Amino acid sequence: MAVQIREGVRTEKKTAALAASGVCKAFRPARVTPGGTTVRAVDSVSLSVWRGEIYGLLGANGSGKSTLIRLFSTLLTPDAGTVRVFGLDIDRDELAVKRLINRVSVEASFFKKLSAMENLVYAGRLYGVAPEESRPKIVSILRRLGIEDARMTEPLEKLSRGMQQKVAIARAFLSTPMLLLLDEPTTGLDIRSKREVQTFVRDLRDEHDATILLTTHDLDEAARLADRIGILHQGRLVAEGTALELAARHGGGSLEDVFMTLTGRRLDDADASEPERPT
Amino acid sequence: MIADVGAQLGLAYAFVEREVALSKRYWAWEIVWLVYGIVTSLSVAYIALGAPGLSGGSGDPALVSRFVLYLLVGTITWRFLGLIFEQMGETIAWERWEGTIEYTFMAPVPRLTHLLGMCAATLVRAVGFSVAILAAVALFVPVDLSHANVASALVLLATGAVAFIGLAIGSSVFPLLWTEKGLQMAYIVQAVVLLVSGVYYETTILPGWMQALSFISPATYVIRGMRDALLDGADLAAVWPNLWPALLVGAVSIPLGLRAFLWAERYAKRTGRLKRSG
Ligand SMILES: Nc1ncnc2c1ncn2[C@@H]1O[C@H](COP(=O)(O)OP(=O)(O)O)[C@@H](O)[C@H]1O
Ligand SMILES: [Mg+2]
Repeated sequence: MAVQIREGVRTEKKTAALAASGVCKAFRPARVTPGGTTVRAVDSVSLSVWRGEIYGLLGANGSGKSTLIRLFSTLLTPDAGTVRVFGLDIDRDELAVKRLINRVSVEASFFKKLSAMENLVYAGRLYGVAPEESRPKIVSILRRLGIEDARMTEPLEKLSRGMQQKVAIARAFLSTPMLLLLDEPTTGLDIRSKREVQTFVRDLRDEHDATILLTTHDLDEAARLADRIGILHQGRLVAEGTALELAARHGGGSLEDVFMTLTGRRLDDADASEPERPT
Repeated sequence: MIADVGAQLGLAYAFVEREVALSKRYWAWEIVWLVYGIVTSLSVAYIALGAPGLSGGSGDPALVSRFVLYLLVGTITWRFLGLIFEQMGETIAWERWEGTIEYTFMAPVPRLTHLLGMCAATLVRAVGFSVAILAAVALFVPVDLSHANVASALVLLATGAVAFIGLAIGSSVFPLLWTEKGLQMAYIVQAVVLLVSGVYYETTILPGWMQALSFISPATYVIRGMRDALLDGADLAAVWPNLWPALLVGAVSIPLGLRAFLWAERYAKRTGRLKRSG
């Protein structure tokens, strides 16, 4: 199923679901912090994600993953460079692009007092999905993600972090996006939820012709899910390829070694917040 | 074209449904605001009933009942306009607090449709609250509407609502520009408007510089016109001098507020102020 594409092969007749070229984003510090310098969060990133592909962006905390995802989902305007989604310019055809994409962020981001059902029906409406259509769909997605019917009508704040994250994934999936942007979808989940989410992501791509760009700071996850991996370091894309290609190009060994060679640090060092990764 | 309008209305309705659902879930707070509104208006009405005793005046019942209505028109109109201002003004701040703001801005909903939906939701709530307050107050103090011209009053109220929606859209921009202190700024603006708009007194008693602010506050005209209509039965022609300034503010503030909002959205996306964690 995995689409093996060698780096640099742009001439092949493949549809680019996402094409970014020379994208830059810097943040100026708030005036109140003295001596603060401009942060180059994303630095001349060019990448393409092919239709049907799962592309994994691997990077430590602060490497610019979330910023890149926000740039791709119209929540930030790039300082330089262009982004195209299925050929549409993200700036000029903003509304059309918005219809094609959806995003899951690290934090679940819901109306806390509303139930999963209420939140999702609302989200569906924003994408033009009527409640008659969305309700059965919501129930089936949530069941599949292991959420019992009774929990669907409880205020969302009563659900565990893992369940909330599953609801967030269901929300993104509800609008049947052509391009799904997942920003660390499994960070902070227990191993079981993590596996469920990963399986769902795979199934999504296989069954629904979705293209997925996923960020992670979990090497296993990148290796397990992604057809191609890009390594982001201090805002720059320092390497790109399949796990095998990356290993071959950077002196063999595991993905972990490759990461170490390229960035000079172990990914785990930045991952102290992850409870289930023993070191 | 028609289908498109229908689709946009459907999108706008999403916000109405959401706000109603939120009201239900935060029902205890809604009760607080309702009780607060009723108590405020009622205690203001009692000022009028108690005034003759304080000033040692005659307490002519006709005068007292006129004073009661004078104050009630001020306090309830202000509450109505204030509810619009607060809820619309919190369009950004509320969603930032809930953490949903990025999802709303990422959705394929034109900003105009989004704000239209929020306006509709706001009006539903403001009308409901105001009617409930009026009904509750009427249970305790005599409200003499025998001279009232209700039609003029409704036209003035609708015009005031439009003007305040424009102003509120404009002020909801503050939290987009200043993530920390924006909402506080909007509240200060509202407090100053209360002071200068003659809600409980004639603006002529204010110092000159405050009167200058009264002159530009649409609430001044709406409340003055409402009094003419409800106390003295002024018809549309008679309230026109107070109607057109409010209309003018609406005509100017709505497009200007929208412009400001769209500009602030672009600014926030350029500087990363929409949201930054994660
Ligand atoms: N909205 C913002 N305003 C200012 N700085 C930001 C903003 N978003 C991200 N940054 C900074 O940009 C850098 C990259 O952050 P981010 O993209 O969140 O990294 P990651 O998701 O890989 O952890 C960090 O130094 C972060 O502090
Ligand atoms: Mg991040």
